[in-house]
Amino acid sequence: MKRVYVNEQWCLGCHLCEYNCAFANSGMTDMVLALKGKPIYPRIHVEEGEKITYAVSCRHCEDPLCVKSCIAGALFRQDGVIRIDRKKCVGCFTCVLVCPYGALAPNEDGVMQKCELCLENSSGAPACVQGCPNRAIVYEEREESQ
Amino acid sequence: MGIDFIYPEFEVVRNENRCIACRVCERQCSNEVHSFSAERGIMMSDETKCVNCQRCVSLCPTRALKIVKSNCTLRENANWQNDTIREIYKQAQSGGVLLSSMGNPKPFPVYWDKILINASQVTNPSIDPLREPMETHVTLGKKPDRVRRDEQGNILRELPPQISLSMPVMFSAMSYGSISYNAHASLARAATELGILYNTGEGGLHEDFYKYGANTIVQVASGRFGVHEDYLEAGAAIEIKMGQGAKPGIGGHLPGAKIVGDVSKTRMIPEGSDAISPAPHHDIYSIEDLRQLVYSLKEATEYQKPVIVKVAAVHNIAAIASGIARSGADIIAIDGFRGGTGAAPTRIRDNVGIPIELALAAVDQRLRDEGIRNSVSLVAGGSIRSASDVVKAIALGADACYIATAALLALGCHLCRTCQSGKCNWGIATQQPELVRRLNPETGCERLVNLMTAWRREIMELMGGMGINSIEALRGNRMMLRGVGLNQKELDILGISHAGE
Repeated sequence: MKRVYVNEQWCLGCHLCEYNCAFANSGMTDMVLALKGKPIYPRIHVEEGEKITYAVSCRHCEDPLCVKSCIAGALFRQDGVIRIDRKKCVGCFTCVLVCPYGALAPNEDGVMQKCELCLENSSGAPACVQGCPNRAIVYEEREESQ
Repeated sequence: MGIDFIYPEFEVVRNENRCIACRVCERQCSNEVHSFSAERGIMMSDETKCVNCQRCVSLCPTRALKIVKSNCTLRENANWQNDTIREIYKQAQSGGVLLSSMGNPKPFPVYWDKILINASQVTNPSIDPLREPMETHVTLGKKPDRVRRDEQGNILRELPPQISLSMPVMFSAMSYGSISYNAHASLARAATELGILYNTGEGGLHEDFYKYGANTIVQVASGRFGVHEDYLEAGAAIEIKMGQGAKPGIGGHLPGAKIVGDVSKTRMIPEGSDAISPAPHHDIYSIEDLRQLVYSLKEATEYQKPVIVKVAAVHNIAAIASGIARSGADIIAIDGFRGGTGAAPTRIRDNVGIPIELALAAVDQRLRDEGIRNSVSLVAGGSIRSASDVVKAIALGADACYIATAALLALGCHLCRTCQSGKCNWGIATQQPELVRRLNPETGCERLVNLMTAWRREIMELMGGMGINSIEALRGNRMMLRGVGLNQKELDILGISHAGE
């Protein structure tokens, strides 16, 4: 399955992926309207150390702890993609506790959200990958599995 | 402030209606122009630091930014222009030699733009390169004067060492140190993929790049940095750098700040020490001395590699080239006065040397007149900007062209001409790891390959239009060129007729 991978060697820590993610999932057609003057709730986060930056989003694990632990059955797996039915989420934060990557977080409503590879939004393919200026984020098939 | 104040050259124009304060501009500017004002909730800019590299403009996700030329002006004066006055202020303040980067930006004539190319009509057929064979391959090196046979009458096929190129363009010398590891990696990979050569410049060859040796020219310059036996053996050809178009007559100085880590190791000098290349080679004061170095290098590599001698285009270049041809060099590279540099004294860059078009034509003619044109190949460099410049250069007598500025543009350079600061926002002319990583060699290589592929196609189209199907048939074919707006002296030197003749 194609997944989003990050080559930390090329990550510049510019945070464009976060903005492209928030925009792609905003449902709007104008980035300015979608993001100007508001806090953003992206589904990818740039982790920053002193000499390294690295964008982290859902790994779409083969054996997803979040799906196993979801008490409301909101998280599920569809064609390998870990998806969330946000209507079912009760906001218990169990998934946040168990995800080793910190890939789940609530949005402004307090309902959990996560990377769903932009398959259903206006972008159609991962917006973080398309907008990365240094090809640090790639969307590809790799042999190793989680 | 006060008497030292010089109004910034550029203004950062931010469209507040579009800016989403994502702070990408702030994070990407190594000059620290942009900042976020938490109190006001908006981005601010300090244009005194802006060098107009366009990094922020290129990465802004909402196109909220543009950089414009400041219109704060001194009283207009055709003699004392704004830039001239500013330079005086800077020197009155610093007492220093002014430094600049990249090629001469002054409005000297560009002869390429005053030369037009022929095309076939009616009486001689043009060739469609999409349907008919078209050869862009060239070999550089000494060619034999006559056919030689053994006692049985068989033709002797042994040639002096040659280098083979899929198209008549090579990436010219840029040292590891003046440009980054990733820039070198991009050039090396692209040259290999394209079947052409790149040039190490004077900084030695990083151990990671020995594998690209078959597509590498290793340079030996006056500082001899990074030169050792394996280095000479690694390349496909060896270049002796006598001069550089951007700064003829002077040496180089890579500041200690850039001699870090692998740069120091590759150059074989201590970290933090300034890498100073002397103006002359201290062992070369005559053609005979040059001959000694040419043959020392040939001896060291068992006569397996052609030796290139690179000189800046200066007065009497034809006589100089004639001397070089007689020194045993296989290839002469001539670098015109518009050639780029990582740093040069402004006065030298802007006032020394001559245009490559005139130098090339003069050299080719002189070597032909002396009957020694076949004993060397000619490579022309110093602002070859497009496929048509390449075609014109070949018709003027070049065997191939060197490009570097065009290659850097493909890698993201926006010609802000501040390489000397070492803070290149595009990851090219810098050694700061967080900036170097901005150039992903995968992208760099791809863009270089694209550029050269495009040029190769254009070269074929132009040749086809002339009814010529190989570079060999175009070389020195000045009948294919006409001048426009040139005086008789210029036409005579270029060896071409005026348009209409």
